Formats: sequence, C-alpha cells, structure tokens
Amino acid sequence: MERTAVLGRLSWRFATVLEVTAETDQTHSIVLDAPDWPGHLAGQHVDVRLTADDGYQAQRSYSIASAPSDEQLVLTVERLDDGEVSPYLVDELRAGDRIELRGPVGGYFVWRPTDAVPALLVAGGSGIVPFRAMLREHGAAMSAAPIRLLYSARTFDQVIYREELLRLAARDGIDVSITLTRAQPAGWHGYTGRVDTALLRQVSWPPEEHPAVYVCGPTGFVEATANALVGLGHDPGRIRTERFGGTS
Amino acid sequence: MTDRLDGNAIAGALQEVFGREMTTATGVCGHCGDSNRLGALAVYLAGPGTVARCPGCDAVLLVLAEVRGVTCVDALGFADLQPAG
Amino acid sequence: MVTRGFHGRRRAEVDPARVPPGQYVTRDFPVLSAGPTPRRLAADWTFTIRGAVDEPVVWSFYELRALPATTITTDIHCVTKWSKLDTQWRGVSLDTLLADIDTSADYALAFSDGGYTTNLPLADLTGGQAMIAYEYEGEPLTPEHGGPARLLVPHLYFWKSAKWVRGIELRDDDQPGFWENYGYHNYGDPWKEQRYSGD
Repeated sequence: MERTAVLGRLSWRFATVLEVTAETDQTHSIVLDAPDWPGHLAGQHVDVRLTADDGYQAQRSYSIASAPSDEQLVLTVERLDDGEVSPYLVDELRAGDRIELRGPVGGYFVWRPTDAVPALLVAGGSGIVPFRAMLREHGAAMSAAPIRLLYSARTFDQVIYREELLRLAARDGIDVSITLTRAQPAGWHGYTGRVDTALLRQVSWPPEEHPAVYVCGPTGFVEATANALVGLGHDPGRIRTERFGGTS
Repeated sequence: MTDRLDGNAIAGALQEVFGREMTTATGVCGHCGDSNRLGALAVYLAGPGTVARCPGCDAVLLVLAEVRGVTCVDALGFADLQPAG
Repeated sequence: MVTRGFHGRRRAEVDPARVPPGQYVTRDFPVLSAGPTPRRLAADWTFTIRGAVDEPVVWSFYELRALPATTITTDIHCVTKWSKLDTQWRGVSLDTLLADIDTSADYALAFSDGGYTTNLPLADLTGGQAMIAYEYEGEPLTPEHGGPARLLVPHLYFWKSAKWVRGIELRDDDQPGFWENYGYHNYGDPWKEQRYSGD
C-alpha cells in the first residue's frame, strides 16, 4: 500500500498535545493528536504556528519524528536558548494544549521503504529526528534495503532516542554508529571525535554501491559532512541535505 | 540566524504558493545552468522575505515575500522550472 | 486562536513613545540576511560614490578611517517587527563623504557585496541622518552585521541600512532596490508603518 499525503491547498489544523516527554535535557518529544492527519512519508516536515494573545504569530518548520505507521504524530524539538518558538515548545507546552499545524510538507528529504538501494544517514545533534522516522518505517515495512546511521552527539547524555537506537542497532539490516565528540562515558565502545573523512570512509557504503545519502544537522555540520562525502567520491546528486538553522 | 538552510525549510510556503509539492521539482539556474531539486536550494529565511539561491553559484532563483498576508513569489531566476512528474 | 502561554520573543519594558507602531523591542540583535555572508577583509574594501557625478570618488577602508568620525546612539527598527534601542555606532557621516561632490541627483542606490541594493532619496542621506558605520558598541563591525562597514540610516526601516555596503550610485531617477522590488515600501518610514508598497 502506498501512502500518499494529500497535496494541493494547505490548511492549518489544530492538534492537541497528548504528552510531552524529555529525550535529553534540551530536547523534548511532543506527542500530538492531529484529527484527520492525512499521513506522511518518513522525512517530511510539519509547519507549526503559535499565536500570542496580542495576535503576534510565529511559525517554524519541524521534521516529523514518528513513522508513517505510528499511531500518533510526534515532533522532537531542541531548545535553542535564544530562540522564540523552541523554548516555548520545550519548556511551556503541556498535555491538553492546542497548537496549529500545517502539513505534511516536503518530499525531497524523504526515504521510502520501497527504495531498494542502501542508505547512509548522517546526523548531527537534533538532526537525528527525521532519521528516527525513517528507521522506524524501515522496521514497520520490513524493508530489505540496508541502512547505516552515523550519529554525532556531544556527549552520551545528549544522544536523542538513545534506548531506541540501541534496540534498532540489534536488528538486521540496520547499522548504528554513534560518535561522541566532547566527552565519553567510561567503557565507551563507540566512536569519538567529529565526523570527518576518515570516519565516513569507515562507516559509509562505498560510492560504487551508489547509496542514497542523507545528511541532517546544523549548517556547519552538514557543509563539512557533505564536502567530505563528495571528497570520498559520492555523487553530489545523491546526497540530500537538511540544514537546521538557529532560527527556531 | 545567518544560517543557510535548504529548500526543505520552505516546503510549506512553496506548496501554498504553487498548490503542489515543490521540493522535488527541478529548477535550472538562469545564471550558471546548474539543475537542482528545489529541496536542495540554499535558503535564507532571516530577511524581510525569503530568498532561495542556486547552491552552485549563489544566484537568486526565488524570492518569497509575504505582503499583507499574501505570499508573493518571484521565480525569475530560473531558466526552467519543472514540477516532479 | 491564542496558543496558551505563548508570548513571542517580547519584551523589554520600554517607553512606548520610542517604539513605532507594530514593533516590539528586543535585547538581542537578530541578523538579517538574504544570502551568504561576504567575508571581505578591510584591506580589500573600498567605498565608491558614482553615477551622476563628474568622476567617481573612491575611498579605501583606511582612507575612510582617517576621515573625521562620529559616534551616535540610536534606535533601529526592522520591518520584521523588532526594534532595538540605544545601539551605538561609529563611522563617517555621509555629509562628510558627499561634501565635495557636485551632483544634480535626487536619489541614491546603495550597493553591497553579494549584490544587495536599496534605494533612498539623497536628502535622507544628508543632514546628519546617515553614516558609513564601521564600529558597533565600540568593536569593529562583524561580518554578520555588515562589516567591514555598512550603511546606517536609522530613521528608516533597517533594510535600508545596507550591510557590506560598497558604495552609492547617485541617480536622477529613483530605482527600486532588492526588497523594494519585491513589494516592500519604497521609502520605509517606521513611524508611518510603511512596510509594504502602498502603506
């Protein structure tokens, strides 16, 4: 069954917050009840709109963290301290609140379980969010395409979806590598240091296998990673990027 | 807020303006001839309006300006713009 | 519908008489940008006045720095609705740069590295209303905020204060700049809330 989002005219809809859970101290997941949600593809976005009592509105775009097959729609939001919307979503929002949503939107940074080629996902920080949707979808659809995830976080405590990623890593067809750039807990067996050419060469599919490559994270991380991948011989046309700015 | 984002970040605004998903549409830069999906454009949100540039040569391809609640679009930077099949 | 508990990035308590209609006061300094930040060294920067003049006049950064400088403290107002109060700038008044220039022009088009342009009446650049600023709050102007030098015209919306400015073209006709072409107001007086064409 092919899930297709309803396209055409976008309209805003209300969603009710069912639950807010802490993923890390800076990052919360917001579980939403969005009536008549048309369904989405792994990697798609949703636009969120907030309205202050004086009519002032702020709007931001967030990656969807839940898989299309999940029962509820989930957003995972990182608090940016000088932000306007993310501190509200992380610190203030609670069960029972209503926010406005529009979507799903996008179609470029999307992974489909019918994609047959190997996929390489490279995440920096909260750039893991769309990949969580993809990995969940991979499992739900029993996709045969092998996936490798390379996830860069500062510390073990800042690894979002930690337990779930460890569970996923045990599954066939999914390879999870985590590198901790700032500090590592005692007995850490994963990688250390920033994502660079050497690490990418070690964990990525060889360019000759023509993997689909997805890179998501802060702008600087995405630039450096995409450049290193091109340097390793990956076709720039097969590298899809999603930069998270400091605008939220 | 100087950060460069990708065309994914304006998927909603593009869909509203064009009436269909546009991040998978292909645009040809009128300046350097580079061909890119709109999702791959370099996007700058932190101005009066939104500017999308060619990732190859930085030429302005698309400007979105919301004027009194109506989003105006100028896609004159493209030599060609084809929605995905 | 109001989102419970959401107030936006407001809001210092300030004298409302200092805040133009529709604006709110911010303490931080949002960076406005429509493209990549040019990283030009001061040594490679020049400022040119050209157009309706006998001969274009060019200053190097060091020649500009050698001219009499002024320091002003002023409020700035961005069309994206933030205002920032009591910002301190140091630079060279446009009066100084235009002093020896004989022109019949009524309009100016400021142009910048990266291709940005914005238009103003020449009269709004004179009379102590505008400067080429190279310091902000006592420090060299950073590239994010327009360094090595930017135009500063604080009585108009801030998009008129072109970052990375490289010169001014004096013109007999009024040619809309980048944002003015896309529906923003040709003049941009924040106190009259001239955000969009027709306001």
